[in-house]
Amino acid sequence: MKVRIKFAKYGSMKFIGHLDMMRFFQKAVRRADIDVKYSEGFSPHQIMSFAAPLGVGIESCGEYLDLEVQSMSSSEDMKNTLNQVMVEGVKVLAVNVLPDQTKNAMASVAAASYQIHLKEGAFGIPDLAKAVADFYAQERIPFTKETKKSVMEIDLKQGIYEMYADETQVLEEIMSTSAAMYIADSAEKRKSVPCIRMTVDASSGGNIKPTVVFEKFCAFTGCDIPACAIQVTRLETYTDLAKGGQKRQLAPLLL
Amino acid sequence: MRKLALHDDILMQVEKPARYIGNEVNSVEKDRTKISVRFAMCFPDVYEIGMSHLGIQILYSMLNGWEDVWCERVYSPWADLDQIMRRDSIPLFCLESQEPVKNMDFLGITIQYEMCYTNILQILELSQIPLLAAERGEDMPIVIGGGPCVYNPEPIADFFDLFYIGEGETQYRPLIDWYLENRRLGGTREDFLHGAAKIPGIYVPQFYEEMYNEDGTVSGRRKKYEDIPDVIMKEIVTDVTQAHYPLKPVVPFIKVTQDRVVLEIQRGCIRGCRFCQAGQIYRPVRERSVDKLKEYAVEMLRNTGHEEISLSSLSSSDYSKLDELLDFLIAECGQKHINISLPSLRIDAFSLDVMSKVQDVKKSSLTFAPEAGSQRLRDVINKGLTEEVILNGATLAFKGGWTRVKLYFMLGLPTETEEDILGIGDLSNKIAAAFFEAVPKEKRVNGKVQIVTSTSFFIPKPFTAFQWAPMCTKEAFLEKAHLTKKGIMGQLNQKSIKYNWHEADVSVLEGVFARGDRRVSKAILRAYEKGCMFDSWSEYFHNDLWLESFEACGLDIGFYTTRERANDEIFPWDFIDCGVTREFLLREWKKAQSQTVSPNCKAQCQGCGANRFGVGICHEK
Repeated sequence: MKVRIKFAKYGSMKFIGHLDMMRFFQKAVRRADIDVKYSEGFSPHQIMSFAAPLGVGIESCGEYLDLEVQSMSSSEDMKNTLNQVMVEGVKVLAVNVLPDQTKNAMASVAAASYQIHLKEGAFGIPDLAKAVADFYAQERIPFTKETKKSVMEIDLKQGIYEMYADETQVLEEIMSTSAAMYIADSAEKRKSVPCIRMTVDASSGGNIKPTVVFEKFCAFTGCDIPACAIQVTRLETYTDLAKGGQKRQLAPLLL
Repeated sequence: MRKLALHDDILMQVEKPARYIGNEVNSVEKDRTKISVRFAMCFPDVYEIGMSHLGIQILYSMLNGWEDVWCERVYSPWADLDQIMRRDSIPLFCLESQEPVKNMDFLGITIQYEMCYTNILQILELSQIPLLAAERGEDMPIVIGGGPCVYNPEPIADFFDLFYIGEGETQYRPLIDWYLENRRLGGTREDFLHGAAKIPGIYVPQFYEEMYNEDGTVSGRRKKYEDIPDVIMKEIVTDVTQAHYPLKPVVPFIKVTQDRVVLEIQRGCIRGCRFCQAGQIYRPVRERSVDKLKEYAVEMLRNTGHEEISLSSLSSSDYSKLDELLDFLIAECGQKHINISLPSLRIDAFSLDVMSKVQDVKKSSLTFAPEAGSQRLRDVINKGLTEEVILNGATLAFKGGWTRVKLYFMLGLPTETEEDILGIGDLSNKIAAAFFEAVPKEKRVNGKVQIVTSTSFFIPKPFTAFQWAPMCTKEAFLEKAHLTKKGIMGQLNQKSIKYNWHEADVSVLEGVFARGDRRVSKAILRAYEKGCMFDSWSEYFHNDLWLESFEACGLDIGFYTTRERANDEIFPWDFIDCGVTREFLLREWKKAQSQTVSPNCKAQCQGCGANRFGVGICHEK
């Protein structure tokens, strides 16, 4: 039986890398005494797969991992047991049993949505909404992608499915504890945090980093905001429900 | 949510930020308003090394078990963060509270190897605590040193307010109670230290002065107060089964050196190898009850989620209930897919059988530590391992499918001759030959056997029979290594043997620190000021700076290393009583010179003196 686990990662845990998060969950599964399935062979390991790796420094409330179990009581039970063995900064949000034929989490990823806000202060752009709209209205957003093997000219616009500025609802959408960390405790201040939201390609072939989009945005707007001043939060990870030829139809990995 | 001591941009710049954020599973947070004593427990090396140390886990758990104490952890910031902290004057902080170390009541530093001495100074300086104990004000933490190196604390005496000699479980409560009492009475730092100096096992170096003869050897000691002891007796746990054990050890996020549950099955060692300090200072042998260990194993695996469990002791094969414990672990861990790692096992039919059950034979290697290349020299060092035993063990292992063997030797042991050194190659060759004899051609995996022979350089340590022995010079060491290599290259099976040897420079320095006196601390301070740090990491080791520092302080390295010591010379560490008597060690030194072996504690008591603790193997029938 396969279950999909949705979790949030925030606060100091944003400094824990992807491989260490996998180790963390393997140990957590043992602590929670989940009847997990192991692979065959001399050094069996838990059958566990993560969706889209999250870069160090990024927070998220839309992380996913799939786990194969031999038996379990209920999704709610598993969620609670797991949360009892988590640390501050990792919280299991939901557990769902998957139909047998579901593709694994990693193969299912098509897109991810992000939010970018400043750790302190404001963007210093008079009309953020217009600036973002103008940026997004460009026909092409050329970008030179350099990998270890090659240098490629790509058009970012193709992979940005949505982009807009927002001013509210930070708290509703991300973990309250997480928000409390970077927004001083005053409730009014929380509400007025300006941010940029975007939904971008996160598939293995066309993954776009939100920081790259932000850099291009800064260059376009002519503002100078260093990478260390922004906080990126992944809000959700999506799969594409469209069948061949249909228009893109994004849905969260776990509804 | 906790506020981190380091800003995001710093954490994003440094390698492995997880070293600095704390928050690990089982790390302890406390309500600071309900705490009377704040304790920073430090391992002065990088996080991955420090987190692998059992001793800190024991003390961390014990101290945090007390309601009025909050114990937190501190490790050496790696060189990248070190630079940033100096540049921005960021005070070193504890991992749990992320508050500065200088705000704590105590800073306890465990000192496991000599080559971390400059790291101690790094910890102090980054913490913004004066490096010299004598210069610390009333508001500074009390800096405590503990661990095996404090059996000769003199080379680092200037940096510590007090040393705790022996096992940590026994005197921390009295020490903390006295601290609270002194605070209540409005006493000064000096008052506290004076009182502390009267607690068993506690040594306050600034109250003692070391005096010297004209030839530079120690002539005696003078003390500041009449009512403090002349001799410091080490502390030991009398009932290890009832002693505190960390059932919820901290689980790191990043991979560390020991990423597993560690079961300490016993303390001490019956063997009495003459070069080994641990074998003497942890006497007498005390076993933990097997029932307790079974209980701990289950609970610790549940509390940590670790996928591996390891036994810890100086010589696991000597644990009397080993087979019962292993049977239990194999049954318990097998169904839960938990690996068992078995270090320090004697290779014989029993251990091979166990290992074949818990390890992938094809992937694992066997380890033998003959330590010396000839039987003659093995008798000198009292290493009771014979060639026959090694070859029989290896043959059995090869038949069982193992193809990799690691061999450990020491070069520069007392009385060593060329023949002894060439014996290393001979023995390596014989083991390779045993493989070809034991395994018929058609059954050989890849057709090969791999033998890795490693040598380290012998360093005489305090409280061993060899504390009188001269140590080799760097040149002599390297010559010996070359001879070893030549000896191996001349062997029939040399293609199956790989040879590694240690750096000689570091060994020479370690030799100075091991048997140094209080004057050596000046050179350590000077070398640190010149930039020495992380000396045990070869990329950071600067021998030239060390040599310059010793010269500038007017200290002769040879005085501490190559000099032959007279039988009646007063040693800098003689004021410490580790249970084993100087008379016994001198007897052993003489027996070594006449190549006479001494039976182990189980076979026949050698009257080492450790029986006066009234516990352990000395009093078992």
